[in-house]
Amino acid sequence: MLATSRAFKANVHEALVDETLQKALGIVKRGFQVKRAEVVAKLPEFEALRETGRAIKNHTLAHLDFYLERFEAKVKERGGHVHWCRTPAEAREAVLQICRRLGAKTVTKGKSMIGEEIEINDYLEANGIAPVETDLGEYIIQLRKEPPSHIIAPAVHLVKEQVAETFRASHKELDPKRSLEDARQMCDEARAVLRQKFLAADVGITGANFLIAETGSSVIVTNEGNGDLTQTLTKAHIVLASLEKVVPTLEDTATILRLLARSATGQEFSAYTTFSTGPRRSEDTDGPGEYHVVLLDNGRSAMLGTEFQDMLRCIRCSACLNHCPVYSAVGGHAYGWVYPGPMGSVLTPSLLGVEEAGNLPNASTFCGRCESVCPMKIPLPKMMRHWREREYEKKLSPAAYRTGLSLWAFFARRPALYHALSGMAARVLGWAGKRHGRFRALPLAGGWTRVRDMPAPEGRSFQSLWAERQRRKR
Amino acid sequence: MSEQPVRVGLFVTCLVDLFRPTVGFAAAKLLEAAGCTVEVPRLQTCCGQPAYNSGDKEDAKAIARQVIAAFEGFDYLVAPSGSCAGQIRLHYPEMLADEPAWFQRAQQLAMRSYELVSFLVDVRGMSEVEARYEGAATYHDSCSGLRELGVKSQPRWLLRSVAGLSLKEMPGAEICCGFGGTFCIKYPEISDKMVREKTAEIAATGADTLLAGDMGCLLNMAGKLQRQGSPVRVRHVAEVLADMTGDVAPIGASAEKR
Repeated sequence: MLATSRAFKANVHEALVDETLQKALGIVKRGFQVKRAEVVAKLPEFEALRETGRAIKNHTLAHLDFYLERFEAKVKERGGHVHWCRTPAEAREAVLQICRRLGAKTVTKGKSMIGEEIEINDYLEANGIAPVETDLGEYIIQLRKEPPSHIIAPAVHLVKEQVAETFRASHKELDPKRSLEDARQMCDEARAVLRQKFLAADVGITGANFLIAETGSSVIVTNEGNGDLTQTLTKAHIVLASLEKVVPTLEDTATILRLLARSATGQEFSAYTTFSTGPRRSEDTDGPGEYHVVLLDNGRSAMLGTEFQDMLRCIRCSACLNHCPVYSAVGGHAYGWVYPGPMGSVLTPSLLGVEEAGNLPNASTFCGRCESVCPMKIPLPKMMRHWREREYEKKLSPAAYRTGLSLWAFFARRPALYHALSGMAARVLGWAGKRHGRFRALPLAGGWTRVRDMPAPEGRSFQSLWAERQRRKR
Repeated sequence: MSEQPVRVGLFVTCLVDLFRPTVGFAAAKLLEAAGCTVEVPRLQTCCGQPAYNSGDKEDAKAIARQVIAAFEGFDYLVAPSGSCAGQIRLHYPEMLADEPAWFQRAQQLAMRSYELVSFLVDVRGMSEVEARYEGAATYHDSCSGLRELGVKSQPRWLLRSVAGLSLKEMPGAEICCGFGGTFCIKYPEISDKMVREKTAEIAATGADTLLAGDMGCLLNMAGKLQRQGSPVRVRHVAEVLADMTGDVAPIGASAEKR
């Protein structure tokens, strides 16, 4: 998808005036938060688990080459293939080659953010292969030709009336007078339509929540079981995964799984947790004919050893999105690329460059809620601040802002001058605002007073009053 | 409480200095009631967050060194703000990590730096105040104080001893009000949406007073409430705890109408 992070402010404006979007965001607003809080409260060792999870990922990242090669060796041992891809283009090509070789006409897809990152659907379509999303949310937005607005709830920006409309417009073979009042009916309809797609598909593509070095397995967690049908019924199962998804052992996987669903949907465990190891063996009753892992770097290895390495611990649970007041105000599309919310505000500049995505790490109050719920304890605000530092060093922030900041810093670094100035400002503003106690407009403060009043100062600076008091005491 | 008076350097904060000196005097009064002597170093201006959070490391470090030097002689640094106290406690050592001599001085100051109300309760063992305030108040937990310093129960603990005051909690008391320092002027539309959600929550409690421990958040919420024509009175929690609400009109309210 074409990145529009540069136009973040315009995107935000659109999102805030979009009444339907605001209604949809209002419906989910606290749902994820409440569910997570309830399920976390029931697990006394949750905090200890976070620590363990973080340690597992830190260890893995410190030895990433070792575990990736080990993973590859194990995949090969089980008759599978690993495709090392530096760029989205290489990853797309790897997928296309497999599909072509197998003469694939349709490809079913489980949910994959890497699929979004490499824009695999557009590429397959352009090459005459029909991709079919099978996760309900992804299916809906594929029909609507929209990108996901959330990393685990891709259609969260829609209300159910919009979904009903989309189904009527897309499923033309069905009775136009049928009822699509409630979610159940829409679910049933999608299920019936998708069942045929599963049976007809030549290749199944899924993402991966984990790659296990010990066994060469990939793991997906879903609540719909669509991933299982996607990967077991076809000639080939292609796993799209970025390289930081690797963990050393099955045991480590089990530990992080205990964090994942709780942090994501507030479930103790997802409905389906599926481990895939190699293609179908002769004695198996089902399973894919081939097993491929398309392993994507796309800038991640360059994050190792930098102040952004901790970001590679992310397990894509979406707790940071679900607890972010900025995400909850504007939704995911405003961020302008694949990954929204706090994790996106750190990752997107890493992958696209701070020139493109500089707005994202700036659009945070540093309220810290994201870090406080992150199961991997990723210091998201700190890394957003690091992006602001890079941006400042490159002089990318607006000139007027930089000038204002320098001017302020000039005084803040000179206390005597600063006190003289603040004493004066307190008097002038205090006098001017005395009558109403506040200002409805103030020169140079339009950003503030456009949306709220500016309370007036009392009229004297504390430092000047305190100095007077000390003199009186003496 | 120990007999020996402890020497506290009051970190005024730039917003209290400019907008609300009463909060500084309220802090001094509370600290004195808790057995401290209070001094106000002249060599302080701001904690440096505007620079630090804008990626301007050099100015942020220069301001940090200035604050560290100014407060070195005191037993404690206390600030009527969780945001500034958090900056000094957590971020000064972080930003000076590669300057060994300054790092050590930063750490020594960090260990002795506190937000006002948590200092009174956690360090000085204060369990009640002598104050009266007629009203139903709701308390907003400012983000840095809450998540960086664990300020949550302390203000509520002291507020319960204020005669005439009842507390009405907001379900979303821990959600950011949308101030965020320069965020509110860089992204006014998002900030506006966030503060509108906050004022709706405040209204839903039925409280007639909004209290918090950080001037930034208070100016933002007061400004929005007043733009919306709300009658809710807004005050820094220290004004109430120090029984100084008679000295000054609520934040953003006209002194003449009082």
